Order: sequence, then structure tokens, then C-alpha cells
Amino acid sequence: MTTDRSKGEVWVFAEQEDGVLSDVPCELLGKGRELADRLGVPLAAVLMGDGVEPLAKPLFEAGADKVHLVEDPSLKVFRGKAYRHAFVSMIKECAPQIVIFGATHMGRDLAPAVASELRCGLTADCTDLQIGQYTDAKTKETFDNVLLQIRPAFGGNIIATIVNARNWPQMATVREGVMKPLEKVSGRTGEIVRHAAGIDGVEIPVEVLEIVRRHSSVNLKGARIIVAGGAGVGSKENFKLLYDLADALGGAVGGSRAAVDLGYVEHERQIGQTGVTVRPALFISCGISGAVQHLAGMQDSAKIIAINTDKDAPIFKVAHYGIVGDLNVVIPKLIKAIKG
Amino acid sequence: MNAQQRLSARPGGYNSVVCIKQVPDTKKITGDAMKADGTVNRAALPAIFNPEDRNALEAALRVKEQYGGTVTAIAMGLPAACAILREALMCGADKAYLVTDRKAAGSDTLATSYILSCAVRKFNPDLVFCGRQAIDGDTAQTGPQIAEKLGFAAITYLEDIEMDGDYAIATRDIGTGIEKDRVKLPALFTVTEKFGELRPFDVKRVMKYKKAKAPVENGNVALEGDLAIGQLSCDDIGAAPERCGFAGSPTSVNKIVSVVLAGGDYKEVAPTDEGVKSLVDELVQDHTIG
Ligand SMILES: Cc1cc2nc3c(=O)[nH]c(=O)nc-3n(C[C@H](O)[C@H](O)[C@H](O)COP(=O)(O)OP(=O)(O)OC[C@H]3O[C@@H](n4cnc5c(N)ncnc54)[C@H](O)[C@@H]3O)c2cc1C
Ligand SMILES: Nc1ncnc2c1ncn2[C@@H]1O[C@H](COP(=O)(O)O)[C@@H](O)[C@H]1O
Repeated sequence: MTTDRSKGEVWVFAEQEDGVLSDVPCELLGKGRELADRLGVPLAAVLMGDGVEPLAKPLFEAGADKVHLVEDPSLKVFRGKAYRHAFVSMIKECAPQIVIFGATHMGRDLAPAVASELRCGLTADCTDLQIGQYTDAKTKETFDNVLLQIRPAFGGNIIATIVNARNWPQMATVREGVMKPLEKVSGRTGEIVRHAAGIDGVEIPVEVLEIVRRHSSVNLKGARIIVAGGAGVGSKENFKLLYDLADALGGAVGGSRAAVDLGYVEHERQIGQTGVTVRPALFISCGISGAVQHLAGMQDSAKIIAINTDKDAPIFKVAHYGIVGDLNVVIPKLIKAIKG
Repeated sequence: MNAQQRLSARPGGYNSVVCIKQVPDTKKITGDAMKADGTVNRAALPAIFNPEDRNALEAALRVKEQYGGTVTAIAMGLPAACAILREALMCGADKAYLVTDRKAAGSDTLATSYILSCAVRKFNPDLVFCGRQAIDGDTAQTGPQIAEKLGFAAITYLEDIEMDGDYAIATRDIGTGIEKDRVKLPALFTVTEKFGELRPFDVKRVMKYKKAKAPVENGNVALEGDLAIGQLSCDDIGAAPERCGFAGSPTSVNKIVSVVLAGGDYKEVAPTDEGVKSLVDELVQDHTIG
């Protein structure tokens, strides 16, 4: 173990499935780069699986200086205990100071178990990470260069900054789509550090019998233009208006949780704290009130147009253009103006 | 349920523990629920049975119904949390326990999962069910951490379960699809709303268990028999004080700000043909569309 913990690396868990890298690791490397540069330490990705070495290349191109690679047949599909074992022994060996995971199903399974075994803190679903100073209110002890873990809490009504200044590594999960990946640098390379999984003889109590992948036809995160509807759309049938507008613009359709709960749109189209986070060039919000949990997923859009009959709806507070009016009247006019 | 499943069940069925939490109803947060200093005034919010813990209880009750065994509900918190323990009894739980102790105050998820793991261990269960996440913290960490501390298999995002002797066949959501696992017991599951809603109260049980009480609610005297809600302190469950509450919590809250939306200076567009047309023109001109 390194004795000077301030020299510890910044780590990002490079989640992959079936040998395909998820989007999250590259997003996290974008943020990780900033943190590592601030601390003057290397940025590393942790890549686990079977035959996944080729995935090191995109990780270097996304900003990693190093890739800690563990390849083992027992890591082919994700199983919490096997991954945890391999991860914890690497952390004990290399003593990173920060470890970040995507707040995906896999990350939210693995990260708590790793933190529990190491008895260190873990902050879930961070929306921002910064390096800063922290003073313990009770002991007045001051810590420099700690990870400030910023996240909404209480259903999005407050924003809390969490620190774990004493029990390192400092660990956090970050939701998909929240951090921005860096511009990919083709040909950028780095060092691959191989580790043994060290799980021979460890009983893994789970056998994966079957995986059926959902083939999502919806790609909200990649859309440049999003037309989103809420309870105000009134019915599933009426959502056709929004699809027509999206078609006219070459955009995708999303919805608020109320629209999803009412059965107007599929769950995978939900935007917000418990859905996807998007930041398209243009976001057209139709019949959405603008609850904090919804805003959390769309307020960083470059341009926001809000259409709502209620001039006091909170959505207007994040809008760049506001149309106080009935979406059933306004949308056809929009389509006409675009086509015309 | 089919005959084959019944045959493959263990004799005596399965003993389950369900961890349930009482939470403030964060959906009902209004202006007056926020204090001037930006913290939440919990007293101004109704306290409810955490939604996904209801699904977790349903999972345990379904296993009991199909394969036999027992269901024990555990809540850690203030005496007020007995309200949800009574609800659990009314729905069909056999026993209910409140873990309550000043030493537990200020616990983050690591300390909470440690305390709950000590409590769960007392019951030596085959199956443990937690909700996926609690709506006050939204962390989804407590379940997997309890499992790690107990050395149990952990299955997150459970949507369905069947039993097969010393194994559970679990269907879970992995985000990018659905996975089926064969899991060696003992195991812990975190249950999502997709598992299905908690069954309604049983009328007879309502009449009976509305009178159930923990000693703290009854002048520190335990009720006789079935109506007693068990009460456990950190000492009772052998939880080391240095791993509970503030002392056992590596994370601390540094700062809290309430969400106050700024802005409001948007460009107003009239809902008329001309208004909409000029907006579209502007967006075309700055290359947002077109
Ligand atoms: C823990 C938690 C997580 C959550 N996560 C999310 C999330 O990820 N995403 C999310 O969206 N929500 C989320 N929510 C729910 C959120 O709080 C709101 O309930 C939800 O966003 C409301 O959706 P809405 O705006 O469509 O519906 P409403 O609040 O009912 O608003 C409908 C709006 O439509 C307007 N309207 C009605 N008719 C018309 C018309 N003809 N033309 C124009 N306007 C019209 C009304 O004026 C109103 O403003 C979450 C809540 C909690 C507690
Ligand atoms: N104080 C508590 N008492 C009982 N169960 C709890 C408590 N805190 C968390 N849990 C369980 O852990 C799950 C996840 O909680 P959380 O990690 O806070 O999102 C909950 O759904 C409960 O099943």
C-alpha cells in the first residue's frame, strides 16, 4: 500500500457487457480527468471481464492514463461477488484515493458491496464531483483536497454535499448522462496493468442461467432534439402530436414520469431523476409542470421551449422560450411553421 | 404455482426477514416542508411505508404462501416506525421487530447496514428481502451492504422469485435486459416495484394487530403473546457501538442547499401563427434546427 494517500490514483469502473463498453465509463473519465489533473495524479480505468483487453483502447482515447485489467473466465458475466473480490483486492494493492462508478444497475450492485467490505463511505447518484477543502464541524479538523460529492436528496428538493474525509478510498456513483465525455483523442494510449482475479477457491453463490437483452429502439441520450410531453398531453392518442412534431424536426420523443405512469409513453422515455438525463441542442417541453425531479434530467439542454397553459408553471423558470398556451393549438402551428 | 414447485420446496419452507423503513413522503414536499436553513422539516411530512419495501414484503409473503415458512419484519428507526410494523403484521407478517437505539442516530448507509445485519443475523433467515431503495435517500446501498456483511449472496432489482430446494431462481432487471439466476441460499434480494403490489390488509388481522405495540409505546412493558412488537437495542443484537451512528459513519454531510429555481427571464412567445413562426425562424437562423 502507498503510505502517502494523496498520491493515490483516481479510478473509474469501466463497465462492459458482452465485451461492449457502456457509455458511462467514458463520461466518468471526462470528470475523472478533471479530478486527477487537479490532484496531480494518474487517471485509471478498471476493466474486468473475459477477453476484454481490446476495450482498453477506447478508454485511453477517452482520457485514461492507465487501465487496470483483470481477465478471468469467472468474470465473463457480471456476478456481484466475483467482481467484488477482484475489485477489493486491487484497491487494497493500489490504494486509489477516489473510485467512481456509474449509477447503473451493475454499478449500484457492485459499489455498495465494495464499500461495505472496505468499510468506507459511498455516495450514490452524484450529479457533480469537485475537489475542495472540508472542515469537520465538530473537531474543527481541516482536510485539503477531498472529494466533494454533490447530489440531490429528498426527492430532489435539496442538494447535499457529502464528504468522506477519513476512510479512503472516497467512492461515489454517478448517473448516466450526467458527466460529459471528453473529445475522443484517436491514437492516445497508456499503460495496461494486469491483475489476477484471485478468485480461485472462492465460492460464487450465483449461477447466471439466462440473459435476455432489451433492444431499446429509443435513444434519447443521443438525440439532438427532444420533444417531451407530460400529463398535460391528456392521452396516449394525443401523444401522436408530439411524434409528428419530432418527425418534422428529426428529433426523439420523451416524457415526464406522470406521462409514463399514465401509460402515455414507455418507461424508457422517462426524463428526469429516475429516468434518463439529457442535454440536447433543443428541448421542447409540452404540458409538463416542471417538478424538480423532472428538471434534474433536462435543465442543461442548450435551448428549452416550454409550452404550458399555466403561466406560473415552474417549467418556465428553466425555459429560454415560453409559450403560454394550449399544446393542442400550439404544436400544429409549430409543425406548420417548420414545414412551411 | 405448480406441483413441481411444491415438491422442490424445502421441508418446513423458508424463513424470511424483510427490512422495512418508515420514510417521509417526499412526493408531498411543499414549500413549508423546507426550513429557512435549507433543511427538510420532517415533521411537516406524512411518514409512510417506503414504497419498494412494500414490494419486498409482498415477495416474502408470496414465498411463505407458496412454499411455507415464516416472515419477520424489521424496521430500524424511531418508535413511530411501529406504524409500518403494524401494517406488515396486518398484511400477514408473523413477527415484527423495531430496532431502536440512540446509538444508531446519524447512521449513514454503512452504519445502517451494519446494524441491520446484526439484527437480521439473530433470526438466521434463509431469505432476506429489502426494498431496492428508500425514497428519502434514494441510495439503494443498504441491501447489498447488509448482504456483504452477512456473507449472503446478493441479488439486486428482483422482479420474480421461485424456490428450488436450497436454491432460489431469481428474475432480475439488469438495466439492459432481464437476467435469470440460480442462487444458493442464504441470499438477500432487493425488490423493485415490478415485483407486484403488496396485498391488501387482511380484515381479521387488522382487528387484531391494530393493538400490537412495542414496549416503547407501552410504558416500557412488553405486551403478551402475538401482539408484542419486539424491541431491540444495539446491545441486544450485539452491534459494536463504534460501528453505529455517527461513530460508524464514514460519510458526513458538508453542506445542504435547498433547490430554489432561479431564472424566469425567458423570451415570451405568443401562441399565435406569427409568434410561433418568428420563433421557428429564430431557431433556424441560429442553426438549432434545419
Ligand atoms: C423520488 C422521485 C423521483 C421522481 N422522478 C421523476 C423523473 O425522473 N421524471 C419526472 O418527470 N418526474 C419524476 N418525479 C415526479 C415529479 O415530481 C412530477 O410528479 C412529474 O414530473 C409531473 O409530471 P407532469 O409535469 O407531466 O405532470 P403535472 O405536474 O400534472 O403537470 C401537467 C402540466 O400540464 C399543463 N397542461 C395541462 N393541459 C395542458 C394543455 N392542453 N396544454 C399545455 N399545457 C397543459 C398543466 O398546466 C401542468 O403544468 C419523481 C418524483 C419523486 C418523488
Ligand atoms: N432504517 C431502516 N430500517 C429498515 N430497513 C431499512 C432501513 N434503511 C434502509 N432499509 C432497507 O434498505 C433498503 C434500501 O435503502 P436505501 O439504501 O436507504 O435506499 C430499503 O428499501 C429498506 O429495505
